[in-house]
Order: sequence, then C-alpha cells, then structure tokens
Amino acid sequence: MTIEKLTSNFELLGDWEERYGYLIDLGKKLPGLPDADKVEENRVHGCQAMVWLRMSRDTQNPALIRIRADSDAFIVRGLISVLMILFDGKTADEITAADVKSVFSRLGLDQHLSPTRKNGLFAMTERIRTLARGLAIEQNVANN
Amino acid sequence: MNEPKPIDWSKLRGDFPILGQQINGHPLVYFDNAATSQKPRQVLDAIRRYYEHDNANVHRGVHELSNRATDAYEAARARAAKFLNARSPEEIIFTRGTTEGINLVAATWALDHLKPGDTILLTELEHHSNLVPWQMVAQRTGAKLAFIPITGDEGTLDLSRLDAQLADGVKLLSLTHISNSMAVVNPVADICARARLAGVVTVVDAAQSAGHLPLDVQSIGCDFLAFSSNKICGPTGMGVLYGRRELLEKLSPYQGGGEMISKVEYFKTTYNVPPHRFEAGTPHIEGAVGLHAALDYLDAIGRDAIFRHDQELANYAAERLAEFKGIRIFGPKRGRAGLVSFVLPNAHALDVATMADQKGVALRAGHHCNQPLMAKLGVPATLRASFYFYNTRAEVDRFIEVLRGVVKLLGS
Ligand SMILES: Cc1ncc(COP(=O)(O)O)c(C=O)c1O
Repeated sequence: MTIEKLTSNFELLGDWEERYGYLIDLGKKLPGLPDADKVEENRVHGCQAMVWLRMSRDTQNPALIRIRADSDAFIVRGLISVLMILFDGKTADEITAADVKSVFSRLGLDQHLSPTRKNGLFAMTERIRTLARGLAIEQNVANN
Repeated sequence: MNEPKPIDWSKLRGDFPILGQQINGHPLVYFDNAATSQKPRQVLDAIRRYYEHDNANVHRGVHELSNRATDAYEAARARAAKFLNARSPEEIIFTRGTTEGINLVAATWALDHLKPGDTILLTELEHHSNLVPWQMVAQRTGAKLAFIPITGDEGTLDLSRLDAQLADGVKLLSLTHISNSMAVVNPVADICARARLAGVVTVVDAAQSAGHLPLDVQSIGCDFLAFSSNKICGPTGMGVLYGRRELLEKLSPYQGGGEMISKVEYFKTTYNVPPHRFEAGTPHIEGAVGLHAALDYLDAIGRDAIFRHDQELANYAAERLAEFKGIRIFGPKRGRAGLVSFVLPNAHALDVATMADQKGVALRAGHHCNQPLMAKLGVPATLRASFYFYNTRAEVDRFIEVLRGVVKLLGS
C-alpha cells in the first residue's frame, strides 16, 4: 500500500469510529515481531503500551532500510502500520526527509503525534529517524 | 440535631465550570478524579480575590498586605488542622502534595532514626510515592523493606500476620488509607493501634481518602498523614502533612532557606519551631488560600455524604461493568471506595481509553503508579474510572454505553 492509497481510503471513511475501526484492522493485520525480538533492547519507551522496534538493512539492497515493529495495543499497531507504509523499504535519506506530520494530519491522526501523548508514536518516529541516520552513516563509511 | 437536608448534587455540579464542556463533540464525562479533581467556582474565586486584594509575601513585612497574606496563610493552616481534627495548627505542615509529605518524613524522621537491620513495613498496595522514598531511605540507612500482602483481585490486606510482622524489627509503617487502583479502604485505625503497641511510627497516605471520607488523625492514631490539595477540589502544587507534635518537635529540618530559621550566623543556624521549620522559602500562599476554600466547600457538603455518593456510583459502575463478558474487576465486593479498576479481555487499556476519549469519556489507563501491584496481579495495565460527588448515574450509563461501542470496534 502507498501513503496516497491509505490517505484516500481514510478520506472515504466518515466518522472517527470508521477511521479507528480501519486503524484497528490495519493493526490486526500487522505482521509484528516474533517473541524473541520482544526484548528490552528493542523496546521503545514513552508509551503506555508495550512497543518494540527493529531496524535493519535490506539483505538484497543494503541502501534500503527494513522496519519491523509490534505492540500489545491495537491502535498502536495501527499507527505502526502507517509508519511502515511511510518508512519501510525506504532509504535513510527518504526517511529523514519524510514529512510525517503532514501525512498524519491528512489522516486526521495528527493528535497522536504529540510528544506528550502516551501512545509511543512520537517516540517511534524519533527512534526510526535516529536509527536511520546511524545506518546511513555506516553505509557511507562502507562505500567510501 | 436537625435531620440533614437532602443534598442537591446537580446543583453542586453547577459550581464546576469545567464540567459543562464538550470534548470531541460529546459532553465531558470526567472519570479521572483519583488523579485530580475539578475545582468549584468558590475555590477559583478565593484565589482570584486573594490576588486582587491581599497578595504579598508572608511572615516578612509589617505592611498591611503582608499581614493579610500571612493571616490568610495561617488561617488555612488552622482550617486544615480542623479538617483533620489535629490538636493544633502547629501540627500542619504545608507541602507540594502527598509525595512531598512522604518524602519529608523519609528525609527527616527516617534518616534520623533508621539503622542497618531495621525494617520499614509497607503494603503491596502502595503508590510509587509511598514506595520509592522508602527504597531510597533503605539504601541510605541499610534498613530493609517488608510488605503486608494483599489477598488477590479484591485487594484487601491480609492482616493475619500483622503483629508478627510488626514485631520483626519494624520501626516505621507507612500505608495507604485508600488504594488508588484497588478501591480498598484499609482499617488504618486498627492497624495504627497495633503498630503503636509495637512501638512503631506510622505514616498514612491519605491521597485518596482526604476529601472523600471523614478523617480524624486522633482517632486514626497515626504519627504522620499526608494528602494532596489537587485531588480534593483545591489547587495543584499544594498539600498537607500532619505530624504529631511530640515527633515534629524533635525532627531535623527538611530543606534549608528562609522562613525555617530563627537565627542565622555565617557558620550556624538555629532553626524555627514546627511547622515553620519544615517550610523553607516562600510558600504556595495562593495554594493555601484555595485549599482553605476547598475544605470549607467539602465540609459544607459533608464528607460522610460524599463517601456514600461516590461509593454508590462505584458499586453501580462495578455492577454494570459485570455485564461485560470476561471482564476482570478489581477491588472488594463490599466497602468499595469511589473508583473501579478493570481489565477487558483482549482489549488493551490504552486502546479503550483512547477511544473513550473520542466520545468525551475521560478514563485512566495504565499502571496508576502501582507497577509492582500490577505485576503481582499479572496485568500490564488496567482501566480506571474514579468518581467524585459531581458525577452522576447518568454519566455511568453513558460510560457503559461508550464502552460497549469501543469493545465492538475492537472486535474483542
Ligand atoms: C494513593 C496515592 N498516594 C500518593 C499519590 C501521590 O500524590 P501527589 O502526586 O499529589 O503527590 C497519589 C496520587 O495519585 C495516590 O493516589
């Protein structure tokens, strides 16, 4: 799914119930992480639910970054799905350049992006960006 | 005595300007009172009046405004003493809240008296505010912690071994009066009496009981008792620590600064008498003024009546919640305080609270600053609805209806 497709799906949905219902469905379909990856070093803090995040370079094309994440709360899983559409399989530069805020505000979910909300979205976004910068630096070092 | 007039609860609700609003297009149902209560106009007016007419620093000037501010501050102390039936205003220390009150006892009495091998007795119910300060004291003094156990999902204390526990080197017992997640009302008078027989100093965390039921420190028989203003219609950043006079007189100071001294030289200081010895710096004068108005407001209603009202709502909510299949409701079957914590099957508390908020219902989701208790119950988080006298049965019905919608959406 592309972010354009997701946005137009969201626009077709009327009230918040339908939108949350859709978000929860996305959350239920999220592949998530195996239990072995649900460990402290993958934990993202700043959320009232449990959130785990793993990032790695794509095995075929090391310029691309793969993201896998999971949570015990469905809304958080739904928000993770949106982040995956935005970030998974992208380059570090694309990740750093993405305008997350405007995407979430088009989806009517921007209230979740505030650092004071306890849903982990802000913390996850920051973590993805930081890790992406780290992976990009390693990549540059390897190429030079 | 005349029969008390029936209370017009809906008229009281009208005193709370904040409650009339819509949240996300729905009437606000505020069920997070255990975290903080809303404030009636009377309290807001008192604070405004203070700033418009009487504001100055206390205990310092000889000018009229300073005298008025000092009088207002000390009148609040006397009012708080009466609220708790303390023997005198000198037994009332103003703090930032329950947390600071407990930390004050930890940093003074406990550090002065505890030695390696001594025991601090707590219960498994305690809020982090009544746990972490004692862990810190234990680390610094070499004292140990011990816990009065709970009996399961009902959350009542197992007191069958209390006397034996108390006899096991315990110097200090600190416990909550009402549990903020289990809605248990602990028999603090009985427990404190047994502690006193064992020569144990007692601290009562009254964060959830002050303003919710009548409190009398003399009949409870505790040495210290702490509560927060923000949970009982008063301003935030304000609290009360009661300390029995005989103990306060011998207590070391807490923080150093202005107000807490009687004579300062470059190399030494003679400290002020209690309670001023424990109130360094410019205090929260507006907080005291607002708290005074809040205590007047609550006592005009009657704390007995408030307790019965909140308990009825909580019992009604627990009864309605039992309609949900597979729900786990915490707290005692009888004698529940005015709140109810629960876990819905296959529905994360955060999801439920997030969606309830979309419908204007304010619930708390999380560990409620009770992480060890949640671990013991085997739940990562619970949902909590907590009530105060301005809440209504109609709001409980609304909350149940919203919850049904949320459960349906979650498909659980
Ligand atoms: C039982 C209990 N103790 C202590 C506290 C801490 O109160 P405060 O944060 O106002 O200091 C609370 C507040 O939630 C509480 O419920």
